[in-house]
Amino acid sequence: MSSVLDGFAVVGEPANLLYCLVGVVIGMLIGVLPGLGPAATIAILLPVTYGMEPVTAVIMLAGIFYGAQYGGTITSVLLRLPGEASSVVTVFDGHALARQGRAGAALGIAAIGSFIGGTLAVGALSLVAPVVAAYALDFGPPEYTVLALLGIMLVATISSGGRTRALAAAGIGLLLATVGRDDFTSAERFTFANLSLADGLDFVPIAMGLFGLGEILHNLEERHRAVQAPAEVTKVWPGRADLRQSSGAIGRGSVIGFALGILPGGGAVLSSMAAYALEKRRSRHPERFGHGAIEGVAAPETANNAAATSSFIPLLSLGIPANATMAVIFGALLIQGVTPGPQLVTEHPELFWGVVNSMYIGNVLLLIMSIPLLGVFVRILRVRGTVLAPITVLITLVGAYTVNNSVFDIGLVIAFGVLGYLMKKAGFDPGPMVLAFVLGSLLETSLRRSLLLFDGDPTGFLTRPISGILFAVFLAVILLPLAQTLLRRHRPAALVPAAPSALRDPAPETEEQE
Amino acid sequence: MNGGPAGPVSNLIAAAVVVVLGGAAIAGALSLGAGSPSEPGPGTWPLIIGVLLTGLGIALAVQARGSREAERFTRGSLLVLAAVATMVVYVAVIATIGFEIPTALLALVWLRFLGRETWRVSIATSLGIVVVLYALFVGALDVTIPHLF
Repeated sequence: MSSVLDGFAVVGEPANLLYCLVGVVIGMLIGVLPGLGPAATIAILLPVTYGMEPVTAVIMLAGIFYGAQYGGTITSVLLRLPGEASSVVTVFDGHALARQGRAGAALGIAAIGSFIGGTLAVGALSLVAPVVAAYALDFGPPEYTVLALLGIMLVATISSGGRTRALAAAGIGLLLATVGRDDFTSAERFTFANLSLADGLDFVPIAMGLFGLGEILHNLEERHRAVQAPAEVTKVWPGRADLRQSSGAIGRGSVIGFALGILPGGGAVLSSMAAYALEKRRSRHPERFGHGAIEGVAAPETANNAAATSSFIPLLSLGIPANATMAVIFGALLIQGVTPGPQLVTEHPELFWGVVNSMYIGNVLLLIMSIPLLGVFVRILRVRGTVLAPITVLITLVGAYTVNNSVFDIGLVIAFGVLGYLMKKAGFDPGPMVLAFVLGSLLETSLRRSLLLFDGDPTGFLTRPISGILFAVFLAVILLPLAQTLLRRHRPAALVPAAPSALRDPAPETEEQE
Repeated sequence: MNGGPAGPVSNLIAAAVVVVLGGAAIAGALSLGAGSPSEPGPGTWPLIIGVLLTGLGIALAVQARGSREAERFTRGSLLVLAAVATMVVYVAVIATIGFEIPTALLALVWLRFLGRETWRVSIATSLGIVVVLYALFVGALDVTIPHLF
């Protein structure tokens, strides 16, 4: 208990409060601006976190992530343009409300829902994560092998571009992770006798290139989005009737968001869609949905914030990032010399509780900012992509240099930026690749240790209870979609629900999933 | 969007790249020593990945005709090519002449020629970017980036 309170003391330090504020403001901004997602932004800002304390760095990066969930709503409601993939479903009813002159109510309820969802999820996180971590302390190499495989598999399953492509991207990520000296035998692998490759590829240029620069280049190609006059915003506070109508949706959205956020690959996008679908199904008047039902805004916006928060659980308690953004934050922690895993709560309590508790503060800051500062954020929408692009690209290039004071790193960022762009063009999501790269060495080390432990007998994975169960889940994740595909071939197309296609391509503007 | 989905040829090229990477991984793994399940060597894991990648690449090639995931390259893609060229020049000169002039020029090219902004906006913005980056990286963060002033 005392470590929880110490965590609040950590958050209370002026520097941490300041960077929490900086993080959520940046998050809101990039949430408002379509194009650059939180994973890209966090990747671009990695060099800036070098000089910071680990707690401060993660507090800021986390703020960017959940702040983006707030900001994404604004453009969905006002412009019918989801700033983030997780706000796509908000468009349906949010924009309908805006056209009825009730944009203020929609944004207000989204802010309140986000606040409640986020705060409840932080509360649940602080209860669940230590328990999971304590349980995971007994995990050995076999459990970690299967867990890492499961994480990569789940992320690949829901990523845009189809499963085969996502798995191929993940495979390339795993291959990139093998570059450098082998931990067991010191044999040099795929270094091509190049000294700067002997220590392996650095995470930062890969993430900055694939996510940051790749996304900038891809956006460059898109036609300028038509400048639209945003809908007028009046009377931000929702009325009493709105609140009453939304309270159930906010409650259910919090639970769905929290539950789906924990699952690797789940996260904000999936949970917002699930929450919306549930409200529509439960409603006595489902026909109202799509024509300005306030629950249709409240539920997904609550759920995406709850999920953004709870997706920290696998990272902070198991050391397994649940999605692309978490993979970047995982990288940020590694840079700081902190290896996320079950020992984190006991070995770095100030980091764990500092970050968790900063989320309460961040959610309060977001609620305070989002309502009065709405006008400011609406004005930011007028900044053109053509002006933004050189600014972000130069921050990326100069930032890449500062990591190791090396021009070679800028070159690496450009190379991976081009790769990221080509991957997007070819329909490959870079998310699974970065995730697999981050998990690559953990996966290989655990696999080799397990094989030594089992004396080369792979059935050992099945006979240990936890790894056996995880392996069963892993198989189910592989086999269920295959079974579905086979069934679909035998049935007329009309019977197949349309949902999977909507999940596969949540937003044309933001390809990566949160 | 970007001119709609690309044809099966670009899907095949993507699949071929995956197969080639898989093959290279297998070749590299075998030369490192593949080891055995009871005594995994440095090449064991790359071998597994190589086999996996090759299989996935073949699967992609089989699906190439039906897939609509890839985007067609358009005239807009030339912008990306130009943008990459400016960055390559940027990296080539930054170590010798400092970051201020290349930064201003890159911003100017992106704004005026890639973004079709007016000269006034382009010049003002690119100078602004240099000043802000100088203040941030040289002034506030005290980074040892090569600079003229």
